[in-house]
Amino acid sequence: MNRITPEFSLITDWITPESHVLDLGCGDGTLLNHLKQTRNIRGYGMEIDPHKNVLALQNGVNVIQSNLDSEDLIHYFDPSSFDFVIMTQALQVVRRPDLLLKHMLTIGKQIIITFPNFGHWKMRAQLLLKGRMPETDTLPYRWYDTPNIHLCTFNDFEDLCEENNIEIVAKAVVNNQHKSNLGTRMLPNLLGEVALYKIQRKN
Amino acid sequence: MTDKLYVTPSTLHVSAPLKLVSGAELPQYDLVYETYGELNEDASNAVLICHALSGDHHVSGFYEEDNKPGWWDHYIGPGKPVDTNEFFVVCSNNLGSCRGSSGPTSLNPLSGKVYGPDFPIVTCRDWVNSQNTLRQHLGIDQWAAIIGGSMGGMQVMQWAIDYPDKLRHALVIAAAPKLSAQNIAFNEVARRAIMTDPDFHDGRFIEANTTPKGGLALARMLGHLTYLSDDMMGAKFGRELRSERLKYSFDVEFQVESYLRYQGEKFATKQNFDANTYLLMTKALDYFDPAAEFDNDLSAAFAKTQAAFLVVSFTSDWRFSPARSREIVRALLDNDRSVSYAEIESEHGHDAFLLPNAHYEGIFRAYMNRIKKDG
Repeated sequence: MNRITPEFSLITDWITPESHVLDLGCGDGTLLNHLKQTRNIRGYGMEIDPHKNVLALQNGVNVIQSNLDSEDLIHYFDPSSFDFVIMTQALQVVRRPDLLLKHMLTIGKQIIITFPNFGHWKMRAQLLLKGRMPETDTLPYRWYDTPNIHLCTFNDFEDLCEENNIEIVAKAVVNNQHKSNLGTRMLPNLLGEVALYKIQRKN
Repeated sequence: MTDKLYVTPSTLHVSAPLKLVSGAELPQYDLVYETYGELNEDASNAVLICHALSGDHHVSGFYEEDNKPGWWDHYIGPGKPVDTNEFFVVCSNNLGSCRGSSGPTSLNPLSGKVYGPDFPIVTCRDWVNSQNTLRQHLGIDQWAAIIGGSMGGMQVMQWAIDYPDKLRHALVIAAAPKLSAQNIAFNEVARRAIMTDPDFHDGRFIEANTTPKGGLALARMLGHLTYLSDDMMGAKFGRELRSERLKYSFDVEFQVESYLRYQGEKFATKQNFDANTYLLMTKALDYFDPAAEFDNDLSAAFAKTQAAFLVVSFTSDWRFSPARSREIVRALLDNDRSVSYAEIESEHGHDAFLLPNAHYEGIFRAYMNRIKKDG
């Protein structure tokens, strides 16, 4: 199993004990397993990768092999089936992040989502000074082989929420060591590398 | 290579009558079964395997005189995903079969003659009821798991629905919640092939000292086709010819024709499968529809189940496609059941559930290890 990163700890803080949780792109099930141990949650993971499916099963997680680009969420779950739908670092790899968000908000009462910030100063600097697509520790791929096809900045994401009647309940920003500091709090879109958002439908 | 596991079948004779779903009654019956491994002290490590349409109780290991292992030997045995060093594995032959349990080739105790077409139509539920008698006989209060592929997977679901507290885990592999119109249509063509064979004699072919070989072979050829995928057949045979050039005749010309004829022939002669059994098994498949009693609501059908489920499908299986397995998963999720689902990438069609595959084996093993650990 992977280690519990500060990102996972922050998510854990946001999860109510005994709640019903769905983790999209659950990988080897580290987070769900941790939530089971520390928050006594019930829930499922969804994961497309065959090897990670096996690992998740080994880690005692109920995992549904599934493609987030398909209509699986709506096929499998009724509206408001979950207290929390979590998706860590996967928003940028799906074909239509806006539609997936909509589906997540349908089946979950609250959504917890994390993604890398394309507005971080290192990205801006590389594009500005080198005139090339940025490569960083958080986003180490070349432009042509990256799975990250829908990168956005924190500001972009918040615009999307605004346009789609989504309420931001809480947010946290961490750097690449997944730590929060004064800089990331003051200028998140410039200094934060990974964002965590807790969102829900506006009534 | 693990040690060769030698097995011999056992027979449970049940003298109490079995009331069948159809309303008919079997006055008495035999169930032939095999076991592997040891039942532990609190009888908590028992696993039941349910076989597919033409399968039998010989799921793993070898018979003394035979070089070919049981039909699911890839996955069941010492050190295998269903590890017989850990689990006490039981597999019984379904009623209506021709492999030892009471069926059309058995003697009807009332007439003293072979049952033939008089053997009553049996359903999945009847099989489960008879296996429940075997469970009691073996001193098992609750199965750690019941596992089955294809028709066997349907039997697993029937167990979970009918005897919710008698199993902790249900492994439903390459199955469907019911047959589609196309599935039933294929079965009907197979049955017509058998019943229109002049040697069928209204099912009394044993008394007439013959067998409807041609019809049975045709039925098997058709069935076999539905177990394979288009891609795999393309890769295996393509348009390869048996001789160098086209003969412009109705002889066997393409390799695929030869292969199918061989499969049909083998089934009807060498394997000596009984035509009445084939009819009965296809009918049992057609009738399987647990949602029917619940206003066609599969979720309602699963409402009383208690078992945790693992559902597995194979990408190129068009007989019981992944979409059919996802229906099962959806219904279980509706009930907040503990369920995991794997969709295995394979080019081998429906048959994939019997064949080696790293992902499939990984999933199977991981799940069985969880049962071992958590009980």
